[in-house]
Amino acid sequence: MNVLDVLIYISLAILVLAMMLMLYRVVKGPTTADRVIALDSIGIALISVVALLSILLDTTMYFEVILLLSILAFIGTVAFSKFLERGEIIQNDRNDDL
Amino acid sequence: MKRKSKPVNDVILQTAAIIIFFIIVIFSIDLFFAGHYSPGGGFIGGLMTSSALVLLLLAFDSQTLKTVLPIDYRLMTATGLLIALGTSLHSIFWGRPFLTHAYDKFHLPLLGEQTLHTAIAFDLGVYLVVIGVTMTIIQTIGESE
Repeated sequence: MNVLDVLIYISLAILVLAMMLMLYRVVKGPTTADRVIALDSIGIALISVVALLSILLDTTMYFEVILLLSILAFIGTVAFSKFLERGEIIQNDRNDDL
Repeated sequence: MKRKSKPVNDVILQTAAIIIFFIIVIFSIDLFFAGHYSPGGGFIGGLMTSSALVLLLLAFDSQTLKTVLPIDYRLMTATGLLIALGTSLHSIFWGRPFLTHAYDKFHLPLLGEQTLHTAIAFDLGVYLVVIGVTMTIIQTIGESE
């Protein structure tokens, strides 16, 4: 176990601690917006965990997962914020003045 | 449904969605063609393409998506199934069992010497079916009031 592995394990521990604190915000958060932001941050931290794991396991096969998770986190956050703002996610005609 | 009197303006979301749409589509095409040698394939490529279309649905509306992409997604599902069936059936005419795939080296004009495999046509069928089913589900749920 060399120095790089030790550093990666320390970083993983810090990331897990951060994700647990964000999970506390998801459970406790007074408003829905707090929970959405905390879930988005958990997704971003998960991307970092996947990147660190791909260094640890010495493989490049997880790089697609990183891009995939970022796209899914973005689309999910946009969908949820549109639901919070408009009350519906997919409008039929946006110029219809609802 | 909530009624709003003042019109809403999300120019930042729409401008970002137009740029990110092309990035996601290129990523999905890369996933589709990378499926033979690295992680990826028709299923996740189709899901990424349909998530790019969902991003357009989120930023705009379903009427706009029908105008810019006049695609019948049920027809797309049927086309994908026909392509998959055709690539499975063609080996019967050569005296081989069902679903036997074949490959050969071809000299393509711009790409040079490439190995083309009939598995990619089967994967194209999977890709079209995944896009068609996902978009049919989302549009059907989105249009019901």
